[in-house]
Amino acid sequence: MVKDVSGMDFRAVNDAIRAASGACELTGCCGQRFIAAGMADRDIVLRGTPGNALGAYLNGACLTVLGNAQDAVGDTMNAGRIVVHGNIGDAAGYAMRGGEILVRGNAGYRAGIHMKAYRDKAPLLVIGGAAGSFLGEYQSGGVIVVLGLDIGEKRIVGNFPCTGMHGGKLYLRSDCAGVRFPPQVTAHRADGGEMAEIEKILLDYCAAFGYGMDRIMRSPFTVVTPDTANPYRQMYVAN
Amino acid sequence: MNVKEGQVRIPSGCAIAAVLSRDGARISGEQIVRAMGPMHDRSNGLGGGFAGYGIYPAYKDFYALHLFFDCRDTRKACEALLKEGFEIWHAERIPTRKLPAITDEPIIWRYFVSPMPSVLSDLQLDEAEYVVRTVMKINTGLKGAYVFSSGKNMGAFKAVGFPEDVGAYYRLEEYAGYSWTAHGRYPTNTPGWWGGAHPFALLDWSVVHNGEISSYDANRRYLEMFGYRCHLQTDTEVITYAMDYLLRRQGLTLTEAAGVVAAPFWSTIGQKTDPAERAVYTYLRTVFSSLLVTGPFSIVLGFTGGLMALNDRLKLRSMVVGEKGERVFIASEEAAIRAMEPEAEHIWSPMGGEPVIIRVKEGVEL
Repeated sequence: MVKDVSGMDFRAVNDAIRAASGACELTGCCGQRFIAAGMADRDIVLRGTPGNALGAYLNGACLTVLGNAQDAVGDTMNAGRIVVHGNIGDAAGYAMRGGEILVRGNAGYRAGIHMKAYRDKAPLLVIGGAAGSFLGEYQSGGVIVVLGLDIGEKRIVGNFPCTGMHGGKLYLRSDCAGVRFPPQVTAHRADGGEMAEIEKILLDYCAAFGYGMDRIMRSPFTVVTPDTANPYRQMYVAN
Repeated sequence: MNVKEGQVRIPSGCAIAAVLSRDGARISGEQIVRAMGPMHDRSNGLGGGFAGYGIYPAYKDFYALHLFFDCRDTRKACEALLKEGFEIWHAERIPTRKLPAITDEPIIWRYFVSPMPSVLSDLQLDEAEYVVRTVMKINTGLKGAYVFSSGKNMGAFKAVGFPEDVGAYYRLEEYAGYSWTAHGRYPTNTPGWWGGAHPFALLDWSVVHNGEISSYDANRRYLEMFGYRCHLQTDTEVITYAMDYLLRRQGLTLTEAAGVVAAPFWSTIGQKTDPAERAVYTYLRTVFSSLLVTGPFSIVLGFTGGLMALNDRLKLRSMVVGEKGERVFIASEEAAIRAMEPEAEHIWSPMGGEPVIIRVKEGVEL
């Protein structure tokens, strides 16, 4: 099904997706929120600019955005995949606990905020360009990768990355010379084993956007994890 | 009876948008109204408004005062007060369109005025300061009258309603300006009433704001020392007065004013490698510490010849900028920019505390 959703309310858009059998393509998206929220078994291509909370609570559906996405993409998603061919707004992958979000361009502030893992669930967020400030804020699980491809003079990440991080892993394709991390995390250059792990993680990403793995892996990566020797103790109360 | 700050709490939202043509080409008000469509759900019908610049070319040398009145007697009293200090060159009802969506309308007039030179020399005040004092005097002293716009060759238009309806109500498609700002309101903490809708305008400054100002009382108390009276039961007006104080009275640049209201963290200032830059930010944070605006905000400040967009330093509200040819667009959501210009390019998000200043090119007659 191909449907022009120009001027349609978000409820009507979601009703149209539910009514469709099989794959669908939505054209003329312009700000409709909550598209495909909670959906499990759909394959949806979106043209235009879908609104905030795209794929919120997504539960297995596959979304491809041929343009930019706005704020809070994949909010609390549980499973499935969201591929964004442009840039992504603030708070991408907010509290996601499963599935993957693959972005070709840049991410706004707070990408991967409060991302978590749960039992067999391990979410993945890959940003091809640069990430804004507060990347991985309060991250408690899952994996975030930032590649810094084609960003020119732009810094790979803004200020205050990994603030409050207490779980999961973050990979930055950079030596992170000028990046300041908080004292409760550790950052080190990826070793051979970790590079192999990163390569495995990026297989889908390279396939989605047609990138050669060699080009990406030619650069050093920095690995950030919480520092278990320096946990968040007595920040608010004695514990 | 309006419920006041502290007596009611309503959850947050709001939408802002703006457009400017760098070559000064006039843009119909219809275009900015269109921006608010895709962001409809960010408002709740308790306020919408717009500011247009370059919309009164025939009266561009006069202050355009837009006023709400509760009744005819108030209007008569207000006109008598105005005539004591101003020449009134033209006065009329602001044209509106009756709509079922817009109710409880006050009486809405505009006056194109100039302060009398004899009054100014008696008081030893410049024009702008006299206009500000008159606005404060009417808004705090004349019950039932409220000046909601007081600049030259610009005007604010606001009401209780959804912004699309407010635009239709004020017939904005009949105006053309080189820049516009817009707001859809979802009031936080305070009631929705006509005076509390955005933009908040004083002289040529106008502010549309999405957010919630935690520092409101600290900012308000500081500004009261300089004659600014916050009387609108909402937080945003304090930003307008702060901008007037910093830009007009203190003579700061826009970038410096942004460095006051959205001052970088001390740790960020400490990391600046250029000692001169570090000294400037230290100075601004120290001298104007009471005008630091905390809490989430994204604002667009309109002024003669330009716009400034600014986020709080933590960037707790969204803001997107784009352009097409000579036109620059700002909005809470990219979809709003696309509604104004489907082919908009170079879409990007400014960083928290990073002012985006757009001006009409030099030499273009406004």
